[in-house]
Order: sequence, then C-alpha cells, then structure tokens
Amino acid sequence: MNRHIQQKIGFILLGLTALMVVMPILFVVGHIAASGARAITEEFITGMPRNGMKEGGILPAIVGTLVLTLGTALVAIPLGVGGAIYLSEYARDTWLTRTVRLAIINLAGIPSVVYGLFGLGMFVLFLRFGTSILAGCLTLAIMTLPVIVSAAEEALRAVPVEFRTVIFSLGGTRWQSIRYIVLPQALPGIITGVILGLLRAAGETAPILFTVAAFYLPRLPRSIFDETMALPYHLYVISTHVPGMPMHIQYGTALVLLVLVLSMNLLASLIRSYYRKRRQW
Amino acid sequence: MSDQGRPPKIRIENVSYSYDGKLALRNVTLDIPARAITVLFGPAGGGKTTLLRLINRLNDLIEGTQMSGRVLLDGEDIYAPGTDLVELRRRVGMVFALPLPLPGTVRENVLYGPKLAGVRDRTRLDEILYRSLQQAALWDEVKDRLDDPASTLSGGQQQRLCIARSLALEPEVLLLDEPTSGLDPISTGKVEESLFNLKRNYTIVIVPHSIQQAARVADVAAFMLMGELVECGPGSALFVRPRDRRTEDYITGRFG
Amino acid sequence: MEQMRRPRLGEFVIESLVKVAGLSSIGFVVLIFFFLLREGVPVFFEVELTNLFSTRWYPTFGLFGTLPLILGSALVTLSAIAIALPLGVVTAVFVREVAPHWAREILKPMIEVLAGIPSVVLGFFGMTLLAPVVRRMLGMPTGLTALTGALILAYMSLPTIISVAEDALDAVPKSYRDAGLALGATQWQTIWRVVVPAARSGIVTAVMLGMGRAIGETMAVMMVTGNAARMPLTLDSLFRPVRTMTATIAAEMGEVAEGSVHYHALFGIGIILFVITFILNLTAAATIFKKRRRGGLR
Repeated sequence: MNRHIQQKIGFILLGLTALMVVMPILFVVGHIAASGARAITEEFITGMPRNGMKEGGILPAIVGTLVLTLGTALVAIPLGVGGAIYLSEYARDTWLTRTVRLAIINLAGIPSVVYGLFGLGMFVLFLRFGTSILAGCLTLAIMTLPVIVSAAEEALRAVPVEFRTVIFSLGGTRWQSIRYIVLPQALPGIITGVILGLLRAAGETAPILFTVAAFYLPRLPRSIFDETMALPYHLYVISTHVPGMPMHIQYGTALVLLVLVLSMNLLASLIRSYYRKRRQW
Repeated sequence: MSDQGRPPKIRIENVSYSYDGKLALRNVTLDIPARAITVLFGPAGGGKTTLLRLINRLNDLIEGTQMSGRVLLDGEDIYAPGTDLVELRRRVGMVFALPLPLPGTVRENVLYGPKLAGVRDRTRLDEILYRSLQQAALWDEVKDRLDDPASTLSGGQQQRLCIARSLALEPEVLLLDEPTSGLDPISTGKVEESLFNLKRNYTIVIVPHSIQQAARVADVAAFMLMGELVECGPGSALFVRPRDRRTEDYITGRFG
Repeated sequence: MEQMRRPRLGEFVIESLVKVAGLSSIGFVVLIFFFLLREGVPVFFEVELTNLFSTRWYPTFGLFGTLPLILGSALVTLSAIAIALPLGVVTAVFVREVAPHWAREILKPMIEVLAGIPSVVLGFFGMTLLAPVVRRMLGMPTGLTALTGALILAYMSLPTIISVAEDALDAVPKSYRDAGLALGATQWQTIWRVVVPAARSGIVTAVMLGMGRAIGETMAVMMVTGNAARMPLTLDSLFRPVRTMTATIAAEMGEVAEGSVHYHALFGIGIILFVITFILNLTAAATIFKKRRRGGLR
C-alpha cells in the first residue's frame, strides 16, 4: 500500500480517537443540561428544600458552596501567591527549594479523600473546630494550594527577566521589582490559576464529607463554625441516599453545579486570552 | 582631558572575576575620569560588559561568581561590606544593549527611578520628566506623547527613553552597554549627540558597538581582549598610534 | 537625593511572609502525614497483621482485611489506565503533531472542560446513564461494576495524561522531526518511530500522574462500582462490583465513632493511599526534575 495513503488513513484514525475523547464530554454536558433544565425554576434556585428534599429548592447548597469557595480563596490566595513569589523571585536552587517543589508536587497528588481525613484529624478534632465551614475551608485551601502555586509561579516566570534587571539598575529593591513590575504583569495569569484552583475546590466532595458538609440543613449558614450544605455533597446525597428522589431534581442539582464550575472555567479562559492579546512583551 | 591630574571618578584595582570557575576578567586596573566618555572596546567575549556591570554591581544577581580586587567610586570601595546597593545603583545608572522600556507610558518609564526612590511630589516629578527627556535629546519628539505606551516609540526613541530613565535619578555615572547596537545610523547619531551633551555633567562609560563609534566618542579608550586590559589612553592618541601590537591589529581590522 | 531614603523594615516583613508562604507546603505535607499516622497507626496495635491483610473486610464483625480494597483499587486503576493511556497518547499526538489549528482550538478547551467537571457529577452520570448501558451490554444483574468505574476514571485521568504527554512531545527537538523527514520517512512514520519514542520518559511520567489521579479518585468511583468488598481474583472480576480504598473511607467514615478500631482502620487505609500516591508522584517528579536540569533553569 502506498505510504501516503497509509499516512492519510493513520491521521484519520488519530482524529477519530480524539473524537472519542471529545464526544463523551459533549454528551455528558449536553445530557445534564437538557435533563436538568426542566428543574431550573426560580424556586429551585432561591428556595429551601422541602419534604425531605423532594421538593423546593437548593439555595442552602448553592450558598454553602459559594461560602466554602470564598473562604478557601481567602486562605489559599495569599499562601499560594506568596509561595509562588518565593519560588520564582527569591528561592535559589538549594536543597530547601527542591524540597519545597517536591512538597508541592506531592500535595498536588494526595487523594482528595485523604485531605478529608487530614481535615477531620487536624481541624475538626485536634483543633476542635468541629464540623464547620472553617474546617472545610482550611482543608480545601490546602488542597487547592499546589494548583495556585504552580500556576502563579508559571505566570511570574513568564515576565521577562530584563524587567527586573532594569528595576535593580534604577536602584529598586527586589520587592519593588515584584511590586511594581512582576506582579502587575503576571496578574492575569495568576488570576487564571487562582480561578482554576478554586473551581476544583468548588466541585470537590470528598474533602468536605467529614469536615463541613451537612446532609440536610434547610437554612443558610450563620457563622464560620456552622455546618453547611454544599452542591457536590448534596448531589451525592440525593442521588445515592434518598430513595424515590425525583430525577429532575437530581439533574437540576447536577446542572447548577456544572454551570457554576464551567462558568468559572470560561472566565479563566477569557481572562487569559484577553490579556495575552494585550500585553506588551 | 581637563580632569587629568585630579583623582579618577572610578578606579578599578587589580580586579579578577570568574563565572563558574571560568575567568572573565584577569587582573584589570583602570582609572575612569570624571566628566568624560570612557570607551571599553574590543572583540566579543573580552570582558567589557562584565567590567561594566561590576561598576554598579548588577553582576551580584548572578550565582556562582568570584571576584577579587577593588572597585573605588570617589575613593570608596563599592564592594566593601555594608555598601548600600540601592544607593550605589542610584549613583551609577545603566543603559542596556537593547532598548528595554518597562510596561507603561513614556512618562511612567522616565519616572520609575524617582518613584522607586519615594518621590511623590507632582511638580518635582514633572521637572524631572522634562529635564531628563531634554538631556536625552528626546523631549521635542515625545512632548505630545507622554502618556502613550512606551512601546509605541521607535527603537531609537526607546533607547533614548532608557537613557532619560537613568538620568531621572541624577546619577553621577552613566554606564552604557552597546546602547546603539539595535539602531539605525540616524538614531545612533542622535544618541551619540546626547552623550556629548551629557559628559559635561556626568561620568560616562560606554561599550560601543563598533570601532568607528569608539573612535568617535572616546575621551579615554581602553582596549580589552580575553579578559585583559591590553592598553588604555586618551582616545585621540590610542586610535592613531596604538602602542600594543594587538590593539593595532584589532583597530586595523586584522581580527575581531 | 538624600531625602529619598526609605525605611526597609516593611520590605523585610513582607519578604519574611513570602518565605513562610513558600515553605508552608513542606509543613502541610508533614502535617498531613503526621495526622494520618496519629489517627491510623493505632490500628496496627489493635488488630493483628494477619487480620489486616486477610481477604475479608467486615468491620462490624471485627474483620479488617484490606486486601480486597487494595486489589479493588488496583483493578479499577489499572483498567482505567489501560483505557486512558492509548486514548490519551493518541490524542496528544493528534493535538501536537497532526491536528489543524481549528481542531486544536476545539480540543484544548474541551479537555479543560473535562478536567473541570466535578467528580460527583461524573459519578452521577455514570450511575444514571452509563451503568444501565453496561448492565444491558454485559447481561449482568447490575451495571455498577469495576468496568464502569474504570471507564469513568479513564476519562477523569485523560486531562492529566494528555497534557503531560503533550509537554513531552513538545520537548522533542524539531531537529529529530527534520531528520526523520529528511531520511525520506513520512510524517506518520516519523511520529511513531522517532517522536513518540523520544518522548518515552515523559509519557511514563504521564502514566504515573494519571495513575495517581485515578487511584485517589473517590466520589465517582464510589457511586459507580457497586462497593462490594470482594476479592477481585476471578477473570470476570472486571464485570462485577468492586470496592476501592477511597470509596471505603468515604462511605464508612461518616458512621464510625471517633477513636474506635474501625476509625483507626480507615485512617490506616489513608496511610496506604498517601504512601502509594507519594511514591507515584515522587517517581514522576524525579523525571520532571531530570528534564529540567537538562534544559537548565533560568
């Protein structure tokens, strides 16, 4: 057989394989969107669950997830961006720096359910925070940390080294080079990374299972020591633990979670492409 | 050479310098006079840029280097412990081979130094802006574009902007590392012209991008080859009657 | 300009904080390991080793055999990788080497979307839609099987595998490709005989990280594998329910009393998981570090 025909066929097979990767994704998203759309009413979004969650809305779960994501951000952003600045701007190539990098790689690989165990052992029991928003946010923040550090460091390193040299030659200090040039220039990349990290936190269930999530709590959280419902956990509960749960409520919950997460995803992409076009270097 | 007989602005004393064990400068001794243009020239890899960057300690940023000898600025060793690097770099400004405008407008670029130094007063900043751009022979060309992004200027304008940015700190010494290497002849002429104006007030050390440029601007010329200072003398003499055979060979184009 | 001097104390404080943030990662790894040990190690004193590594996990009867769970995790993970590796590498080759620009512009965001879909949503989808299909195809009484879990897991580890494999292909010098083509090979031959073999170590890294992702995955697996703690030793185990380590922790931790043997045993499983992923990631990191040293840091 002619080699070029062979190549043509090969390339078509590669394309078909890529299609096999993409089609199920489209199908999952499309199916959930189509089946969930029927459940989306004003009451569903803004109401409390009623009648053993078989009626009413999922407001406490939505608010819970937003609160958890926000709390995670408050802890993870300063730690993550600070860590990235340290790695990119201060750390020299020593054994300590290599240990930090290894630690980050390992944090990124620890299973989410192990984070849940850790959160239970340290925050809920040892520090006596109880099952609370505080314990959940801290657990999620540590889980999110490696994502933010890696993305932020990459963004910082993308800023040309010469900009820093110029600042030094003008009598600027290391911190001034960061404050006036490196950080502002890297900001879009950092924001993108932060959103991608938080998106993961927003969708996770295992780390909040034993640290914050409430099975059924039809009210909004009152303090950081309160338990709360959360969308991913809620979806898990109503799809596995509640017999006779109407399908459209299950699909509706999945859709709301999916929309929340994918809109964060979209936002990150938009920021990235917008600033990539605009930057001057 | 009106300053001859007076102590030099900068004295480089027996300086040797190596990166990762590779010798970049070998026992260099050189006096740089105040208010004159000193030219460091020679083939690539001769240690010119290294020597230049030693004068404001930008080489400190590189890991794995070793240095011996002294660099005196107004008689004081800038490598003595406790030297304030920030202060030093304000006194010794630097312009790089490629125009490196920072992100931001023309105005912001010129005023980076003063802002880093904590100057906040608007009228003071406006004065600095005007004076620096005038000295760099750029004011007339950009006075209506002060708030345009610096990246919209031409290459020659950007390089003069970088000179103005250094001048904004009122340094005593200005180091220029092949400042016209990326520029066309007309822009090069403008940059050189601004240097002639500047030497009335500043000590200038320049690595030129050609022998012709070296000959045009040098008050004092120093020929460097493979990390060594071969010879040094008034530009008027050195380019006409070099004492060392190697200098002559280089000037007449036999190598390099 | 003498009035321009500023106090540097503020910078010192900020730089110290930055350093603390940088080093905190080490602290967290140590803390995580410490608390797992603290809560998990007692089980080794409370339960005999023969019990711990026996084949029966019935905590209510004091049977804490972790073997079915470990093998369950292994079965699901390896099957998932067996599916995901060819899919992922081929897709990475397609994206990097072959795909026209427009196809890349569609594929990349789609894979990002996949990476963003929460595990619980995929689990829900697997339960409601995939499992019935599997059941009908296999003619089994239930569709909640190891295979269903492996399918879901395969797709969940695809983003990791594709992106790491892509980086590996990207790192192959252009000169290799040119050399292949100059010798008269077609692009197709160059890809499979030159480029992919040259990217081998990166692809191994991709597999490691993909496995780490798959073995640690919890919610989706718990929802679709049926959770029967049986030894997956027979050939048809893939088509039967199975239970993984992660699912066991997630499903049972909510019901145990703090400080009980069962509680300690679940933390013990956590230790095993931690150690496995630690080794996988360390190995993957070793190749990443080697590559970086070869390329040189800035």
